[in-house]
Amino acid sequence: MNIENLVKMANDIGNFFSAEPDRTVAVHGIADHIRRFWDPRMRKAIIAHNREGGVGLNELPRAAIAELDNEATLLREAGDG
Amino acid sequence: MALRDYDFGTPPSQSDKMVTLEIDGFSVTVPEGTSVLRAAASIGIHIPKLCATDSLEPFGSCRLCLVQIEGGRGLPASCTTPVAEGMKVCTQNERLAKVRRGVMELYISDHPLDCLTCSANGNCELQDMAGAVGLREVRYGYEGENHLKAEKDTSNPYFAFDPAKCIVCSRCVRACEETQGTFALTLDGRGFDSKVSPGQNQSFMESECVSCGACVQACPTATLMEKTVIEKGQPEHSIVTTCAYCGVGCSFKAEMKGTEVVRMVPNKDGHANHGHSCVKGRFAFGYATHKDRITAPMIRKSIHDPWRVVSWEEAINYAAAEFKRIQAKYGRYSVGALTSSRCTNEETYLVQKLVRAAFGNNNVDTCARVCHSPTGYGLKQTLGESAGTQAFDSVMKADVIMVIGANPTDGHPVFGSIMKRRIREGAKLIVADPRDIDLVKSPHVKADYHLKLRPGTNVALINAMAHVIVTQGLANDAFAMERCEPASYEKWKAFVSEERNSPEATEAITGVPAETVRAAALLYATGGNAAIYYGLGVTEHSQGSTTVIGIANLAMATGNIGREGVGVNPLRGQNNVQGSCDMGSFPHEFPGYRHVSDFETRSQFESAWGVTLEAEPGLRIPNMFGAALDGSFKGLYCEGEDIAQSDPDTQHVHAALRAMECVVVQDLFLNETAKFAHVFLPGASFLEKNGTFTNAERRISPVRKVMPPLAGYEDWEVTQMLSNALGYPMNYSHPSEIMDEIARLVPAFAGVSYEKLDRLGSIQWPCNEKAPNGTPTMHVDQFVRGKGRFMLTEYVPTQERTSSRYPLILTTGRILSQYNVGAQTRRTMNSVWHSEDRLEIHPHDAEQRGINDGDWVGIKSRSGETVLRATLTERVQPGVVYTTFHFPESGANVITTDNSDWATNCPEYKVTAVQVTKVTEPSEWQRQYRQFSEEQRALLEQRSSAAG
Repeated sequence: MNIENLVKMANDIGNFFSAEPDRTVAVHGIADHIRRFWDPRMRKAIIAHNREGGVGLNELPRAAIAELDNEATLLREAGDG
Repeated sequence: MALRDYDFGTPPSQSDKMVTLEIDGFSVTVPEGTSVLRAAASIGIHIPKLCATDSLEPFGSCRLCLVQIEGGRGLPASCTTPVAEGMKVCTQNERLAKVRRGVMELYISDHPLDCLTCSANGNCELQDMAGAVGLREVRYGYEGENHLKAEKDTSNPYFAFDPAKCIVCSRCVRACEETQGTFALTLDGRGFDSKVSPGQNQSFMESECVSCGACVQACPTATLMEKTVIEKGQPEHSIVTTCAYCGVGCSFKAEMKGTEVVRMVPNKDGHANHGHSCVKGRFAFGYATHKDRITAPMIRKSIHDPWRVVSWEEAINYAAAEFKRIQAKYGRYSVGALTSSRCTNEETYLVQKLVRAAFGNNNVDTCARVCHSPTGYGLKQTLGESAGTQAFDSVMKADVIMVIGANPTDGHPVFGSIMKRRIREGAKLIVADPRDIDLVKSPHVKADYHLKLRPGTNVALINAMAHVIVTQGLANDAFAMERCEPASYEKWKAFVSEERNSPEATEAITGVPAETVRAAALLYATGGNAAIYYGLGVTEHSQGSTTVIGIANLAMATGNIGREGVGVNPLRGQNNVQGSCDMGSFPHEFPGYRHVSDFETRSQFESAWGVTLEAEPGLRIPNMFGAALDGSFKGLYCEGEDIAQSDPDTQHVHAALRAMECVVVQDLFLNETAKFAHVFLPGASFLEKNGTFTNAERRISPVRKVMPPLAGYEDWEVTQMLSNALGYPMNYSHPSEIMDEIARLVPAFAGVSYEKLDRLGSIQWPCNEKAPNGTPTMHVDQFVRGKGRFMLTEYVPTQERTSSRYPLILTTGRILSQYNVGAQTRRTMNSVWHSEDRLEIHPHDAEQRGINDGDWVGIKSRSGETVLRATLTERVQPGVVYTTFHFPESGANVITTDNSDWATNCPEYKVTAVQVTKVTEPSEWQRQYRQFSEEQRALLEQRSSAAG
């Protein structure tokens, strides 16, 4: 997956939740949105990108992706048949 | 189904008070306000009439429906005489008969006596009335002045106007005014000289006529007649079905001769359209039998190979083998499918079932992705259900109508006419749109406020309205605190109250004067029942979902939800957008909007379908393209959708399609996507299959087969064959069995069946034990999610910014005569009205660039470039240009970008920064497109010769 596009998508989600005054709620909101709407191969790619420094990711989505990273073992391997 | 509807003569009275009278010695009790004509008709007494019909207010001009009332003077017209308690009416006696015969004699003295060769022969009210009054002679002869040589107007492609046959009953004029609201027809002249005139003595094509067909339907003679009837003769039977165009979902009678459609007539009993229609549904059905239809399956190894015509069995087996090969090589998640809003509920249900059960993944999506997916998200999050809250008829109880990002008179014309009727009755109107759409100012309709905002600033505008409502104390706190989550309401109030959300602060963003926003907000909050109607001008933005949420917030904060006359009303683009979403076409949801990760729901489907189902969401359409380009998505089954034309950033879409190893297209025509396909499975038009469509008001309506499928199979049968070939058995024998399965698995459909649809005509879901006949208005006592949820709607400017290189904003939309990608309407005479997509540009912007009306102009964005002809108009504001997207060679989506809604990836079609320059030749993309299209056409032609 094009990582620049995924970074943009994650930041866009982050921008919506940035209005939320409670940071924890905002981070959970972003993580939950990505969890519920992104195919696992997209989540895997953004998690891998975040592990490598997360260039381009804003602060809130970065925190949300870190939250997803903790669940990453649950993700199936995309393309494993 | 009877060909001719029973005509009560005048519309029904809505009064609850009943009145009893006597007609020809029979007692009859009817609502107060009912005409004597209608009261008589209700007990089977047919008073002769010509100018009266029950779709129009009475006019009292023909003098045929005269009656005698005991104790009354003279012979009053029964159509304009209301019933009264104890009234005694005589409808037939010597005196009445004499007067009626005299009237008929005058009519016939100026009417051609060509009944045997007349197109209305067998269906002519004048002929019927002549018989009814016993006309036996016409004493006046034809020597005097008459209209018999009046010239015919055949300018309209669909109907002819023969003024020689006109009896000047004014039904057509009144239909144009009352039913359609266009006011294109007038009665010109006085007395004997009076005649029906389109516009100002123009032809129909030159006039403002929108070809809705209301005048043709109202005409009691052959004066206004469908050309198909003139050509083929009167139909002999009819079947009620549902239109396959926009989200209004009009009910029609397909009037037939054998298996040939003679005409489509709007169904008077249709619950969405009440007997009205538009130029598409009424007339543009000829595509179904167009010569471009492909009626035999075809396969090919490469998209540069000629097509090979094969049997259904070979095509299905080839497609199944390819999908299996791809999954074996690249993994289970490397294939997927797309459904379309042009498919029935049953078809989309089967496609998503095939993906989940036979492919074993959730890679299914639908074209709602690129139109109303933000509606599904936004309304689910706030109200608890991914659907509009009202019935269309609800607008007749609205006091304030706010239209934002929608153009109902073009996109949803029949509903647009209903809305205009309510506005003529006095409802106030707020329009929020960058363009001067027709509703802003048209005959007898004028917006009280036009919020002419800059494209991409909806959220700032909605926040500003919310700011006024909250800070001025106009919110309905009692409703919001009781019906919604109090904490979310308080948080939202604090957010919108911030100064940065005030109209004064947002004026620089939206371009709408603060005082206009304040006045509009005041009207919305205090003007009585206030209803919001919105369309793709709301959803197709990077903040599409945010605006939908903002709209729901406004409705909840003002208590404008949960009763008739109010609500949040998404005007769905295509006929079955609502239905395709309901049926689980999204990759994260099972039918009934339940997430795939929900264990209980998944277990229910696993048990019913006998397979283990995937718990992770699949790929959405744009993600499929991305995955195709990175090599992890290789096979696509695409039913009824044309992504190669309709989806944004065309070059990206085409590259993704080229990257796939097997693209299976099921469609009526070799559409743009099929040019990239390896398997073509011929589809069936809506006239060739059974099923249901669900319109924008959640109304499930039957689609009935009126002719056999040209290719031999209905679309659901094709999906079933493919599933069986993939190894997942499906054994439905009729779509009603599919609906029965849906009813078993989707709570909101629990009470839906074909038997009930036949009985009730249509059903608005939820339909279940609690609401066995359906639910016109949602969220009445409580929201579907329990308490309504306010959400914060921060305005985030789109990243698609203007610059010195791209100084203009391009926005896109549709036009009345064409539909979506145009695959259907381009193959009808509708192209007479719109034969090419044009770029609308403000004269000021045009002058700066040396552009004249009709010049070829290049439109260049960060994504690509195309060339269209320019139309100079002040409908668009300076700095904004506009085009439609109905013709593939226009390449409107070559320019649009991959920006999309943050929540759903719905593309941002409505905002693209562009530069416009005068040019002399097509763009490079257009040259390549023509070359590729010609190659594909040639490969199709070679198929013909191979087939012998």
